[in-house]
Amino acid sequence: MNKVESTFRNMVLTLFIVTLVASSALGFVYALTKEPIEAARLAKRTRAITDVLPEYDNNPLSDSYKLAADGDTLYFYPGTMNGELVGTAVETFTTQGFSGEIKLMVGLLPDGTINDISVLEHKETPGLGDKMDKKKSDFSLQFQGKDPMDFTISVTQDGGDVQAITASTVSSRAFCDAVIRAYNAYMEGGKQ
Amino acid sequence: MEYIIIIISAVFVNNIVLAKFLGICPFFGVSNKVETAIGMTGAVTFVMVIATIVTYLIQHYVLEKFGIGFLQTIMFILVIASLVQMVEIILKKVSITLYQALGIFLPLITTNCAVLGVAILAVQNDYNLLESVVFSAANALGFGLALVTFSGIREQLDLLDLPKAMEGVPIAFVVAGLLAMAFMGFAGIV
Amino acid sequence: MTQWKNFTKGFFKENAVFVLFLGLCPTLGVTNSAINGMGMGLATTFVLVGSNLVVSLIRHWIPDKVRIPTFIVVIASFVTIVELSMQAYVPDLFDELGLFIPLIVVNCLILGRAEAFASRHNLVSAIVDGLGMGLGFTMALVLLGGVREILGAGSIFGLKFINGDGILLFVLAPGAFIALGYMIVLINKINKKSA
Repeated sequence: MNKVESTFRNMVLTLFIVTLVASSALGFVYALTKEPIEAARLAKRTRAITDVLPEYDNNPLSDSYKLAADGDTLYFYPGTMNGELVGTAVETFTTQGFSGEIKLMVGLLPDGTINDISVLEHKETPGLGDKMDKKKSDFSLQFQGKDPMDFTISVTQDGGDVQAITASTVSSRAFCDAVIRAYNAYMEGGKQ
Repeated sequence: MEYIIIIISAVFVNNIVLAKFLGICPFFGVSNKVETAIGMTGAVTFVMVIATIVTYLIQHYVLEKFGIGFLQTIMFILVIASLVQMVEIILKKVSITLYQALGIFLPLITTNCAVLGVAILAVQNDYNLLESVVFSAANALGFGLALVTFSGIREQLDLLDLPKAMEGVPIAFVVAGLLAMAFMGFAGIV
Repeated sequence: MTQWKNFTKGFFKENAVFVLFLGLCPTLGVTNSAINGMGMGLATTFVLVGSNLVVSLIRHWIPDKVRIPTFIVVIASFVTIVELSMQAYVPDLFDELGLFIPLIVVNCLILGRAEAFASRHNLVSAIVDGLGMGLGFTMALVLLGGVREILGAGSIFGLKFINGDGILLFVLAPGAFIALGYMIVLINKINKKSA
């Protein structure tokens, strides 16, 4: 099978050449795919923003700004129509999910009323906590059009107005935690 | 406190074998005797922890520094392959009996998805060096826990009278599923 | 062995998952739906064909002692190509498959075929072997993914046919093990009949 002996020189040479060829090929593919990957990432973000904001005609991503909150960062994506602010999408998070971190995109109207909420990332249990996703249940729809000043963002079990997901109080609480974080940050210093 | 959470999460809640499906091949290959299971766990722990440390250093001081993050897969697996070679050499000198007992499974640690998986996860979770060490050690512990528990069960399964078609691997899978179900009960601790 | 036999052995007689028990990690990890199973299977097939091809091409030039590290570099390169391509062109599938894409590199099926077949056969046979084993692997993943999706989510390839959830257990960890266990019994029976 092999016409090449396993001398030290041959071994090192083979490995060196193979690795060199491999790295070059990969560098080439990397350069090729760099832009599409960035574009896909941006498209995903933009989709999430469009989901939760009323119609806008600017580029919320290029107008975005961020604020530090609770050891991490919140990202604000303002949407404007003809130069006037129509809403701000806030990328928020909570660490209190049942299975870890949950990321939400909360769309707020200029006065702080919630327009809509989309789930960006979560690891909650399928069939239970994952019902926070619009595709699985109407849980997140109850937030639409609500002003946190009148509609207390905490589950009814804690005295609030939010109907928790059955058997998923922890996930529901975490969801509220993320929404409150976005709202507070926006009202206290986010408005720009 | 953070470390306790990492440990409990890795050993029980997100058990590397029963919840994350990594390390399945040795799980079914080495688990019919408790002693080999323990030996395998020791070897995997050693490789896993050192691999995580080395890959952490490479990720932060080479890959990210020079913007060649796409070479992560290649570099990580080469590190692991070399480490396993070293472990083989060391074991041959230190404990020839364990070396022979592990047999083919020792070089197979290289293709143990658990080792590479944990190295990648540690980077993805953005742990610092100490957290990475704790994370990898805890995962190795979780691997050992699943492996040793399972081998104990398998030793008993071998004594049972089963339908011919279910003997061996199929019943092992079904039992593993039940074990995974049991471990699901740990969810929510952290 | 004829090329036809070479190609078809990967589907039943020497099926990677049900008979050889190789590549079990992704098999259990991404078969919560038929689409994910298919995506992973095809990605693995690409890597398998690519690595078999290269290994067979350079088999006479690799010193025996370094063949495993060499195979690994070749395989890892193809995996990285798949990683980057999927991230760029099918980002949603890439997110679904997650950690298991880079883990294709330690799929014992690929290293196993490189060592047992590609390094000892000519180019055409190696490619055919890669295709057959890879597609057989894909078939296994789609089958398992399909079963789990039908039972667990009441849908197939994303098309739902019941309201709400199915037997959730099947799209979770335990269900993977149990479903696979019973599928192996089934395949064993099929193989015995045609033996």
